[in-house]
Amino acid sequence: MATFTLPKNSTIGTGKTYKAEPGAKNVKSFKIYRFDPDTGENPRYDTYEIDLDKCGPMVLDALIKIKNEVDTTLTFRRSCREGICGSCSMNIDGMNTLACLKPIEDVKKDVRITPLPHMPVVKDLVPDLTHIYAQLRSIEPWLKSDTPPPPDEERRQSKEERAKLDGLWECILCFCCSTACPSYWWNGDRYLGPAVLLQAYRWIADSRDEYTGERLDNLEDPFRLYRCHTIMNCAATCPKGLNPAQAIGEIKKLMIERQG
Amino acid sequence: MSDKNVSIRLRSPLGRARGMGSAKQGSHHWWMQRVSSMALLPLMLWFVISVASLAGHSYADTILWIGHPFNATLLLLTIAIGFQHTASGLQVVLEDYVADEMSRTAYILVVKAACALFGVLAALAVLKIAV
Repeated sequence: MATFTLPKNSTIGTGKTYKAEPGAKNVKSFKIYRFDPDTGENPRYDTYEIDLDKCGPMVLDALIKIKNEVDTTLTFRRSCREGICGSCSMNIDGMNTLACLKPIEDVKKDVRITPLPHMPVVKDLVPDLTHIYAQLRSIEPWLKSDTPPPPDEERRQSKEERAKLDGLWECILCFCCSTACPSYWWNGDRYLGPAVLLQAYRWIADSRDEYTGERLDNLEDPFRLYRCHTIMNCAATCPKGLNPAQAIGEIKKLMIERQG
Repeated sequence: MSDKNVSIRLRSPLGRARGMGSAKQGSHHWWMQRVSSMALLPLMLWFVISVASLAGHSYADTILWIGHPFNATLLLLTIAIGFQHTASGLQVVLEDYVADEMSRTAYILVVKAACALFGVLAALAVLKIAV
């Protein structure tokens, strides 16, 4: 059966508390998941009290402040700090999102931060994304065409053809959606998950691509595609406001459409 | 091949993601679930209203109602589509939650056998009255 109870080494303990500097007036507590594979210890929540008067507005600002000024061992991914690279995806206050786009003031109580759910943890807030990247590679997310491009010219698309890619090209592959999906939690070894299926549809919907049939063949599978039960966690959590469930629905429609 | 029972896995991530390839089926099962649920909408509405209006009627009246060709036909359709819908729905639940391939297949076969058994039993009961 699917494992609903966590194994003993997943129980999260209580770690250290780092007090705010004396005299700080606007203090917010950040409870952050810590796990170090080298120690063999269970994960723990460390609490960092941060003076918001000396911190930027976003959760990522607080994380960077903690790493720079309080605890250099805190490990997380970040790069662009403006919601376009997808590196700082994590679970903040119970919802997967990008730390750089999440205002601290949106969280009313303590800010609880954990890595993306149900992924192997490399360290602290860094999940192991090897399998999901391999799944993305498996749907061949690039233009496949037998017709050579016109000489000295780009492959042309009408405005309507290009409009079909809106709501798809914006995906930054942060995997907030896939790791929020219960179907992906239980069957992620075979189910491709919302992020990868949205990418698959991005190339199926592209008028310049000539491998639509092969792409659909590749998805025609009870596990790869049909584990989606339109739970809609993907659309609810997407920090870019996209709707992967709708893209998956379009794939399912095409599967039926090509049969008759 | 599935490598779930292998303790040391050195297969490449792409090899694992591609696995055994696509099963080349799945859309028919999904589409039949939608079709049967569409058919069950009017059938179940008719069934519930009819059975509710039979409340208080005698045994003989009920037998007479079931024996009417129109009612018997709709009852048989409700039974056939209802059990087929139940079986395919439960199959999806089992595929979701039972990770081990052997027990998943076993559970699905048991569910299908039970639905076939009760479906034929129910259909035969209607036919015995109607024919």
